[in-house]
Amino acid sequence: MKKSITAFAAVTAAALVTTAIVTPASAGPVLDRVKAKGFIQCGVSQGVPGFSNPDEKGNWSGLDVDVCRSVAAALFGDATKVKYTPLSSKERFTALQSGEIDVLSRNTTWTLVRDTALGMNFAGVAYYDGQGFMVRKSLGVKSALELDGASVCTNLGTTTELNLSDYFRANGMKFKGVFFEKADEVVAAYDAGRCDVYTTDQSALAAQRTKMKNPAEHQVLPEIISKEPLGPVVPHADDQWFDLVKWSLNVMIEAEELGLTSENIDSMKADSKNPGIMRMVGVEGDTGKNLGVDNNWSYNIIKQVGNYGEVFEKHLGESTPIGLPRGLNKLWSKGGILYAPPVR
Amino acid sequence: MAVDSINQPAPPKVALINDPVARALFFQVLVLGSILLFGGYIVNNTMDNLASQGIASGFGFLETTAGFAIGYSPFLDYSEENTYGYALLVSLLNTLLVAGIGVLFATIIGFIMGVARLSKNWLISTLALIYIEMMRNIPLLLQIFFWYFGVLRALPGPRQSLDFNGTIFVNNRGVFMPSPEFESGFGVVTTVIILTIIGIIFLARWAKKRMEQTGQPFPVFWTSLALIIVLPILAAAVMGFPMGWNHAELTGFNFTGGTEVPPELVSLALALATYTGAFIAEIVRAGIQSVSHGQTEAAYALGIKPGITLRKVVIPQALRVIIPPLTSQYLNLTKNSSLAAAIAYPDIVLVFAGTVLMQTGQAVEIIAITMGFYLLVSLIISMFMNWYNKSMSLVER
Repeated sequence: MKKSITAFAAVTAAALVTTAIVTPASAGPVLDRVKAKGFIQCGVSQGVPGFSNPDEKGNWSGLDVDVCRSVAAALFGDATKVKYTPLSSKERFTALQSGEIDVLSRNTTWTLVRDTALGMNFAGVAYYDGQGFMVRKSLGVKSALELDGASVCTNLGTTTELNLSDYFRANGMKFKGVFFEKADEVVAAYDAGRCDVYTTDQSALAAQRTKMKNPAEHQVLPEIISKEPLGPVVPHADDQWFDLVKWSLNVMIEAEELGLTSENIDSMKADSKNPGIMRMVGVEGDTGKNLGVDNNWSYNIIKQVGNYGEVFEKHLGESTPIGLPRGLNKLWSKGGILYAPPVR
Repeated sequence: MAVDSINQPAPPKVALINDPVARALFFQVLVLGSILLFGGYIVNNTMDNLASQGIASGFGFLETTAGFAIGYSPFLDYSEENTYGYALLVSLLNTLLVAGIGVLFATIIGFIMGVARLSKNWLISTLALIYIEMMRNIPLLLQIFFWYFGVLRALPGPRQSLDFNGTIFVNNRGVFMPSPEFESGFGVVTTVIILTIIGIIFLARWAKKRMEQTGQPFPVFWTSLALIIVLPILAAAVMGFPMGWNHAELTGFNFTGGTEVPPELVSLALALATYTGAFIAEIVRAGIQSVSHGQTEAAYALGIKPGITLRKVVIPQALRVIIPPLTSQYLNLTKNSSLAAAIAYPDIVLVFAGTVLMQTGQAVEIIAITMGFYLLVSLIISMFMNWYNKSMSLVER
């Protein structure tokens, strides 16, 4: 009996000493963590066709997925070194803050509050979007301004939810909101007739429509009620990691502008005398050194993932079931607003 | 067992280190101190980390304008201009509403099914058995999905609503009923109702006293029922029926006016009540079976009728066994109501630990408030049920 009490006292004392010595743990630089693991943990959606969606074998594809793959190509020289964590709109920021994921690439809108108060940084814009409304054609509605009194389904905890309230308030209309956590549940409820209107970003409306029982029954109304710049997000406190994600995205856009594609890059690397292209394929300059990665980083991105235009056409373009026009997401030189700072 | 301590020899003096009282005190202080230190360390560590990552903290956000809508707020008028704190209040009331409805119906279903399970009629007891085993053994979340997506899909849209006599409408947006509208003069009716309830309490006391003194029973239940129905109607008639009905009408997309019960509330309350009801049925059955058969035989031997035997002999004794596990079922039901988040019923988890958490990003504070709320509600239910248990327990003389 005596012995056990003494042992207990010793344990308690040891516990006290340990708690006193250990300093508060701070999340170490993300880049070190990623390098040590050997792969990138990428936060994606739970299934938005064209952006991040798993196939029947569990392989993820989409525009948001390719952003993560491009970072892996830059850092490891291998675009496949990515693991995916499907997140609901509610879980996504907590997952990033807690270090469960290294980068969040999940059609997330860049806003001031998110950029400043949530301990994270937006590393650019991968897709310029805007919020729209989808209704059944049978309702005979031609404009969002005719939606007074409608039931509206959408995802909770999104900018969509706030824009919806703002829009109806600004136009003196009322609505009944039904807010779900998962995108699939929103689609199911709208499809079951729980709501008159389904609202989210226009790209996602087009993507989710392909999942409905009868896609031809539904139409997207002309109004776009918000700016939704979607892009990858990284945690605060690691500027090097922030730079790497930012420039991996920029390289894809710059490559399209320079006419570099995954197909022609090898011949360009061998032949081209254009200094901009020579920098991009790693023949000239030391952009890689400044980022702390191999000098072939941009070559690897273009070779393994492709330029922005290729990625867009593959996942979202007119040839896919989603069939989105490039619209705002054309290059600045072609009438869009896609503009990458110079890679040099 | 009181022993006169004066006759005891004085305990021998021991060193402080060997004194059991001093040692016990020392170790208790040590343990408590280390727990407090550890707690303080965790809080401090969390604050440091939040600050170093640039994540906002504190409770100031409760004063900020919410800016989002809440789909269902039956008690309070809520709009986007209200604060996060007010949204918390609205969502908290929604949780209490669904938990209250659930507890009420689970108890009714549970008692009926529990008694039916013991019925001598083969069909009734087998049906009760099938119900209990089916409900207990299917996960609650699936049952909620069944009632929500399964049943919702089968209902027609608002323009083809199921119409019950032009007053009640059922469609996939919910159930729409007329709501009473009170005009001036209705206060008299309310006063009469309150006075009647007070009168009934006195009547019950008097009946109990008379029963104890003379053994004469008095039909309290039927008398009270008659009083509570007849008196308010009489009062209303005298005042010229000072009330009307606000009917639900189809305008534009949906019904407006009247009382609306959204399908989320219906399916959640239904799933909670039928699921927990199955557990309560088993508790009730166990309680009734725990009363020795000799009690029933003794009552019959005294010539007491079976109905009265059940009400006055068996149930009061069974309740002593039933109440403690019943309490934990009520607690389970209340906590299970947080599954509301799966079907968009705006409870505290969906609105506060969902939307508000997303818009402010202050996970630590918000989850702490939410957990504190469930803890508080559970403790209040426990307290009430413990009090009830005490008043039902065997009084030994």
